[in-house]
This record gives sequence, C-alpha cells and structure tokens, in this order.
Amino acid sequence: MGVIRKYAVAGIAVTTMTLLAACGSSSSSKSSSSGGGGSGSSSAKSPVTIGASLSLSGDFAADGQAFQRGYQLWAADQNAKGGLLGHKVKLDIISDSSSASQVVSNYQKLIGSNKDGLVFGPFSTLLTVPSARIAARYGYAFVEGAGAGPAVFGQGLKNVFSVQIPVKNGLMNFAQWVAALPAAQRPKTAAYATVDDPFTQPQIPVAQKILQAAGVKTVLSKVFPAEVTDFTPIASQVASTHADLVILGSVDVPTVSAFTHAFVQQHYEPKGFLATAGPDQGAQFVKAVGAGNENGIFVPGPWFGGVQKADSLAMVKEYIAKYGGTASDVNADVAEAYAVGQVMAQAVQATHSLDNQKITAYLHSGTTLDSVLGPVKFDSLGENTAGKTLTFQWQKDKLVQALPAGAPGVHPPVYPKPAWKG
Amino acid sequence: MSSTALIEAIVDGVLTGGVYALMAAGLTLIFGVMDIINIAQGVMVILGAYLSYELEVHAGIGLLPGLLITVPVMFALGVAIEFCFMRRVRDRDRTQMSILVTYAVAIIIEGVLVAVFGVDYQQLSASYVNSSLHIFGFYLAYIYLIGFGLALALLAGLYYGLYRTKFGRAVRASLQNRTAADLIGIDVNRVRMLSVGVGVAVTAVGGMVFGATNSFNPNSGYDLISRLLAIVILGGMGSIGGAMAAAILLLVINDVVAVAWSPTWAPLVFFAALVVILSFRPQGLFGRTAVRAQ
Repeated sequence: MGVIRKYAVAGIAVTTMTLLAACGSSSSSKSSSSGGGGSGSSSAKSPVTIGASLSLSGDFAADGQAFQRGYQLWAADQNAKGGLLGHKVKLDIISDSSSASQVVSNYQKLIGSNKDGLVFGPFSTLLTVPSARIAARYGYAFVEGAGAGPAVFGQGLKNVFSVQIPVKNGLMNFAQWVAALPAAQRPKTAAYATVDDPFTQPQIPVAQKILQAAGVKTVLSKVFPAEVTDFTPIASQVASTHADLVILGSVDVPTVSAFTHAFVQQHYEPKGFLATAGPDQGAQFVKAVGAGNENGIFVPGPWFGGVQKADSLAMVKEYIAKYGGTASDVNADVAEAYAVGQVMAQAVQATHSLDNQKITAYLHSGTTLDSVLGPVKFDSLGENTAGKTLTFQWQKDKLVQALPAGAPGVHPPVYPKPAWKG
Repeated sequence: MSSTALIEAIVDGVLTGGVYALMAAGLTLIFGVMDIINIAQGVMVILGAYLSYELEVHAGIGLLPGLLITVPVMFALGVAIEFCFMRRVRDRDRTQMSILVTYAVAIIIEGVLVAVFGVDYQQLSASYVNSSLHIFGFYLAYIYLIGFGLALALLAGLYYGLYRTKFGRAVRASLQNRTAADLIGIDVNRVRMLSVGVGVAVTAVGGMVFGATNSFNPNSGYDLISRLLAIVILGGMGSIGGAMAAAILLLVINDVVAVAWSPTWAPLVFFAALVVILSFRPQGLFGRTAVRAQ
C-alpha cells in the first residue's frame, strides 16, 4: 500500500510539474536558428526567426490567440512563397499573460537571449508601450498591429510602426455621421462610459466633442478601472439616464456583455449603442450578449471578414479552412497580425536585407505599402496615415460595414437600433 | 446624485454581495476547517461555470437542475484535491504552504480548462437571466434574486451543518485540537476531506451564478480572487455569516462610491474600507475565536 501511495504521489507530482512547465513555457514553434539580427546575405538559406510576445492567457487571451493565428497564417503564406529572401520564416512566440512587466522580459529574451532576427509587436497599446522601448534599445524595427494609442507614439521612438490607424480617430466617422443626421432623428442625449485604458480613452473625447457641437447633450461621462469585475452599478447608472446614445469604451467582450445584459434587465432601449471593442469578436460576442441582442450595435475597426480585397479574401478562406466558422468569426486581430507580416515582408523585399536599421529607414521613407487592412504609410512617429476608419454594425445577425456611407458593399446604418431580443 | 440612484446602488450592492458571498463561502469554510488559504477558489468558480455550461449546451439541462449534477461533481473534485494535495501539507506550516499548493492547483485547473474549452468567452443563458422584477420603480434582475436566495439558503445550511450537527462538532473539534479529536475517536482525515468537498461543492453554485451574470473564460478567476479574499478576511476567516455580511457591506460601499463619486475610486474605497475595519477589528467582523466557540 505504501509503495502504491508513493507512486501515486510521484505520478501526481510529475503531472503537476509537466502542466506547470507547459503553462509557463513557449507556446509555439520556437526555432533553433535566429537569423541573427541580420543581414540578407545569411548563408545557406538558414531560417529567419521572428519573435513576438503575445497574450495567450490573462485578460487579453482571446485577442492574443487571434493574433497568434494571424502571425501563423502569414508565416505559412510567406513560406509558401519562398520565405523572406529565400529564408524560411520561423516564429518564436512566447506568452506574456497580458502583463506589462512580463512583456518587457519577453522581448529582452527574444532579442537578447534568443537572438531572433526580427520581432513583431504584442497585443494592445498597454503592452506595446513598454515593449517598443525594449526593441528601440536593441535597434530593432518594431512593426505592430495593436498599439495605436497616443501613448505609443508619444514616446518619441523612431522604430515603432503601427499598421492600425491611430485610435484617437477611431470614432470620428461614426460621430460625424450621427452629427449629420436630420435634427428630428439625431439623438438628443448621449452617455459615455469607458474603461481606463490607453486604447479606449483617447477615442471618447474626440467623439464627444463632435457630438456636443451637433447639440447632443452629454448626460453622463464616467471612467472605470480595468480591474472592475462588477459592472452593474455603472451600467445601471447609464440606464437611469435614458440617454438616446451610449458610447462604451470597452476592450473586451465581457464589458460589452455586462452592459448589454444590464440594459436588457433594466428595460433600457438606447436608440444607438457603440462599443469600441468586443462586438468585433464574432460568434463569441453573440453568445455572450445572447443571440439577437447583438443587432444594431456598432463597433469601429480597421477591417472585417467581408472586406472585398484579394489578399483579405484569401486570408479569410485560409482561416476558415484551418479553424472553421464563417467570415464573421474572423476578427480584426487576425487581419492586423497578418498585415504586420505583410508590411515587414515588403520592407525586407525592398531593402533586400534583414537588417533592422535598413528596414526602419525604409519604413520611414514615406512609401505606401499594401496589406489586408488596405494601404499603409507611416509618418515620422510611425502612425499609419493611409488607413481609413471604418465602422461596423451587427445587422440581421451579421457584422457588416456601415460607415463611411456610400462606399461599395456598405450597408446603410440601422438607426434606431432594433429592440433587445431579451 | 438622486436618492433613486443611491437606493438603486444599495440594492445592486446587496444583491451582488449575495453572489460574491456564494463564491466566497467555500473559501472561508476550507480555511475555517483546515487553515488552508485556497488560492484556487477563483478558478474553481470558473470551473463551476464551465460545468453548468457543458450541461446546458450539450445535454440541454437548465442551470438550476444542472446543480444537482455539478454540486456532486465539484464535491468529488474537492475530496480529490484534499487527498492529493492539501493532505500532503505539514501541519506546522500549513497556512503558508497552502498558498503555493493551491496556486499550483489553480494553474492545473486553468490549464485543463484552456486545453478543453480554449480562451473564447462564454456566458450561461436561461430565460430568467435577462428578465427582471419591476418593483417600486426598480428593475431587479431575477438572476441576482436567485443568486441571493441561493446564497441565503446555502449559507444557512452550511451554518447549521457546522454549528448544530454532530458532524459539525467533529469538524470544529478537529480544528481546535487534532490530537484530542483523534483520541476521542474522530477520523480527522475523513472530516477534513469531507469539509473540503463541501467547500468546493458550494463553489459550483457560485460558479453557476457568476457564469450567468458575467462572460467568462479560463482566465477569469484571477480577477475574482483578490475580492473573495478581502471578503473572507473582513468577515472573519472561517465565518460563514461573516462572509455574507462582509460581501454585502463591501459591495454596497463599492457600488455607492461608483455611482455617487467615480467608478475609478470604487476599488480603492473597497480595499480602504477593509483596512479601516480591520484596524479596529483585526479578527474581522466575526472573528475566529467567536466563530469556533459557537
């Protein structure tokens, strides 16, 4: 009996250690070769390793995993085309658990220890700010797809390049569209609630200013911390204002879901409801808010699965073939990550080099590049000045592009939004 | 701030406090019986939510009937965790070591949940999740009323079992003096194992209510644990009634501050209230001595 117990305990210990190791270690195809920070003349077609820290667990896990898929899809496509200057691409992705301190350690490891030749950015403005500084210290070009808040560009770094459009403009075309509605149809009041996050907060004042100038009175403006686990009091307060329009600064599905459920429970029917992130998460968003309740909700973004562009359509097709679902289930994170790879590939091709200094100089040259998100052109701060702000809306159970109005394939916005399904 | 908004915030705080008490009950019970701080409590709440989700989606079993299955499953899990992990922690430094051991348990459970369910958010649904009762001009969500009712019923049941039954006396005797309990014929290991089982089983109910009121994924437990620990410490570690009182008090403070002042200050005031109260009553609202003597 004693022996059996000893072996049982040993077995449990081994299992535990294995699981702990699995949770804490690299999640993907870590390569043995680096590319060495290197030059385009690296010998014998050795693979080039591209490092990235992604939030595979923690608050940003859903977005981080979508980013991982985007990077992997791009790497597979690029390798099918012969890689970068004939070097096969290998990804070295490690998880930062959505932690701003861990992401710093990760990039130090990727560049300093692993000697990865190139690096891609993490998820969120919050994590891009500290990680861009690490890349700058080592002289690495830092192309990223999810750090477009002012905090990223305010650092004065010369190595950061965001394929996203600057987030401060994210709500501009929605606000302008609301402001242009006929007076009788235009909302009279608006309530603003936003999480304290560098991605959401810069967006709200821009929209608020446009709407106030159009006579839309602000009846509530609240900022809540990212650590909030109970949204009931804030959502109830928004509902109690009976505002015609609600603009919610959210970074994830649970926040939008909590507000939506509270609104339904309070029998509060805003005429317009926009959330800065969450509704772009496809099927999991619909499941969270309850089927039917998603209809009428707006979300800004750079891209959606229905974009009629050849490389975007091909990427969506590959995604569905690999992971299943429909075009609506492919969220913008995947495209943003894919675009990061596309931009880097064009810079490598144009410079005939894997040298980070040459790549950085090229990306600052004002050349317009192409990506699944559309055109990309960087200013001196690394902001994408060529991208366009789009606004999407859930209509008849599908996420469709609603703004800017008049563009091909755009569905006119539905306003007022349909009543909650309950 | 209008008086209506204030009353609404207080009512929200009381109802939400009931839900938090439900989630904290297992934590305080396990500490009360074993001096073990179960850092895995937050992840266990999420596990309870996933079990309800599986029954709802794949077996078509509603959230409330599903508890008849999830509670025994979680009881068995608690028994297994006690046998495999908690029992191995030596008595002398049990409390300190338990933090590390239960953290490992949390990581294992989280890893399994990620492997099985991925990181996409889920939410439990039922007809009463989005419905509400209109009373005195307020809309009270049925799911919160149900959660509050379940909290009262379960905590009362736990209190009765712990302080008014022979098994409860055995539990408390084991805690006060293990050797003496052994000498009078109490199987201390069995008592502890069953107690942890009950503590984890109660968490299944908390998980169901949490999953119906919040979107969740395997990582959601970490946001909960600091608040659950605050509730248990304020209530008096080991006190079932204390957990209920502390949860309601802290959530009412939190909600009133969020509405009357700013949501940004609500978490700060939440924890400041904890510090202030503990500086006057270090043993919590229902301190340990009083708890074990009842």
